[in-house]
Amino acid sequence: MAENRHQSLGLSDEQVLDMYRTMLMARKIDERMWLLNRSGKIPFVISCQGQEAAQVGASFALDREKDYVAPYYRDMGVVLAFGMTAQDLMLSGFAKAEDPNSGGRQMPGHFGQKKNRILSGSSPVTTQVPHAVGVALASKMEKKDIVSLVTLGEGSSNQGDFHEGLNFAGVHKLPVITMVENNKYAISVPQEKQIASKNVSDRAVGYGMPGFTVDGNDPLAVYEAVKAAADRARNGEGPTLIETVSYRLTPHSSDDDDRTYREREEVEEAKKKDSLITFKKYLQDAGVLTEDKEKEMEEELTKIINDATDYAENAPYAEPESALKYVYAENE
Amino acid sequence: MPVMSYIQAVTKALQEEMQRDENVFVLGEDVGKRGGVFRATDGLYDEFGEERVIDTPLAESAIAGVGIGAAMYGKRPVAEMQFADFIMPAVNQIISEAAKMRYRSNNDWSAPMTIRAPYGGGVHGALYHSQSVESVFANQPGLKIVMPSTPYDVKGLLKAAIRDDDPVLFFEHKRAYRLIKGEVPEDDYTLPIGKADVKREGSDVTVITYGLCVNFALQAAEKLAEEGIDAHILDLRTVYPLDQEAIIEAAKKTGKVLLVTEDNKEGSIIGQVSAIIAENCLFDLDAPVQRLAGPDVPSMPYAPTMEKYFMMNPDKVEQAMRDLAEF
Ligand SMILES: Cc1ncc(C[n+]2csc(CCOP(=O)(O)OP(=O)(O)O)c2C)c(N)n1
Ligand SMILES: [Mg+2]
Repeated sequence: MAENRHQSLGLSDEQVLDMYRTMLMARKIDERMWLLNRSGKIPFVISCQGQEAAQVGASFALDREKDYVAPYYRDMGVVLAFGMTAQDLMLSGFAKAEDPNSGGRQMPGHFGQKKNRILSGSSPVTTQVPHAVGVALASKMEKKDIVSLVTLGEGSSNQGDFHEGLNFAGVHKLPVITMVENNKYAISVPQEKQIASKNVSDRAVGYGMPGFTVDGNDPLAVYEAVKAAADRARNGEGPTLIETVSYRLTPHSSDDDDRTYREREEVEEAKKKDSLITFKKYLQDAGVLTEDKEKEMEEELTKIINDATDYAENAPYAEPESALKYVYAENE
Repeated sequence: MPVMSYIQAVTKALQEEMQRDENVFVLGEDVGKRGGVFRATDGLYDEFGEERVIDTPLAESAIAGVGIGAAMYGKRPVAEMQFADFIMPAVNQIISEAAKMRYRSNNDWSAPMTIRAPYGGGVHGALYHSQSVESVFANQPGLKIVMPSTPYDVKGLLKAAIRDDDPVLFFEHKRAYRLIKGEVPEDDYTLPIGKADVKREGSDVTVITYGLCVNFALQAAEKLAEEGIDAHILDLRTVYPLDQEAIIEAAKKTGKVLLVTEDNKEGSIIGQVSAIIAENCLFDLDAPVQRLAGPDVPSMPYAPTMEKYFMMNPDKVEQAMRDLAEF
């Protein structure tokens, strides 16, 4: 039998199944968050739907024991792959004290968890880009072979921090991978009103690094591109810009109504390319995902998410006065 | 004890900290081979190499942001903004990121970096090479802002800033760089951030100020002593968060308080000092609190006539002190 795609990339059946499981976990947590939002239990949701393949494909291409990530608000797939749990994410959704991202201080989607080397993020877009460059600088100074991955949306690639950060990384040949998750929209504004060049990746040349555009619905294509970039970075060959093209399948957030700016047909068309469908089909065709395994996985994930939801819903909020803590280090 | 200039104390502090801790590194525009446009990092490139004294691209947000990332990793970056005026492109990184890192991550992450910048006027620097920018940052919990007045304080406070576990803005008066000299011990000492310092004991009138203006107040105090006016001078040293206890004590000491800054008057640091005194010292005051500051125009003009009109100097401080003493 001819080698299938994942084997030729050096990925085992177990690894691609784990990729799919992580994508499915992200999708299912996200869907649960919307239900909780629409039933008035959590105030806000911002989705990963449509970008799971890019997020998980990229994360699996890194060394998840030592590399760093600076994710943006849609990156549930990234943080799950880097060790955050469904319970952690639900605690964040419910803004409970045990939320490891911020203890309920930030909105959901503002990821951060030091033990898993997930840098803390904020709301102003693109500020994380120079941070990932700084991690890469430190890694290079210490002669470690640690790589950092930073992600952002295509609209956010217009911010100064993107250009300042990438140029810095290019000049100093730093081991940082910038992945722009192009989902075609920045809230309501389409790509063609955001970016003057044809592809986001065209911008790479200005910063002396290679730029690639890959299918963001194909986790294996993203894996391949990020793996190559990580190898280059570890070899001292510097940074890479990768653009993953997919589609935002939900409104921008739970506060948005996307019917005011895009046609339903366009969304329906995009759903046909949804990676949760296409990658599942790939795994079925490759004989990796059997019907039994699929059923088992669905049940397992549903249980995990049910438990996580119950736990988070019943968990305590932070004490009101705890709002005064941690402005400065307390060892003074 | 060796006598050195204010800027030599900056260099010395950086050198000693880089020798002490290999996580300390310097980044900024022209800080490497050139040793800084003011020469604050002179010699460091030769001693520590281009990897630890990094000439960055001309991009302030990246200088701050890359520093934050390195600090999150565990480094101790000391970033230089070539002039305080040009910190503006980095304000988002400083206020949205560095200041909030610890708080927003519930104490999981922190950003222990120092950002140094030369500030202040009286050097024919015009609108964009003369400003005092501390009040832009002085309502941002999570930040500390240090503005030393003497070489001794520069060395002790800069070393403390580098060792601090939170982000510190360290504003150095560019006119003080070569104008102000003083004794600086060779040994490794730090001074506490957040603590003001009495620079002159007196009983008739209290002056509370910081940075170069401390030197103006001390000169004025010497002259007034000949007239029998005995001034008490408190150097804030850290302008955010303020040392409330020291401010209250200094105000109570004489009951007559003059607050001095070379920043524009409205919205400046001394307005906050005045509020602390108003809240705590009503029955100890013998005169209304006075503020002496720059006029509320955008910045200091270039022509010498207008610059002198804007800029603080010992004569202006002396006159204000005398008026208050005679109230
Ligand atoms: C500096 C800044 N300006 C505006 C916003 C409000 N905002 C949040 S997300 C967003 C659109 C981002 O689009 P894109 O970068 O394409 O990412 P996407 O949401 O599509 O994944 C905007 C305008 C913000 N968070 N930060
Ligand atoms: Mg987008």
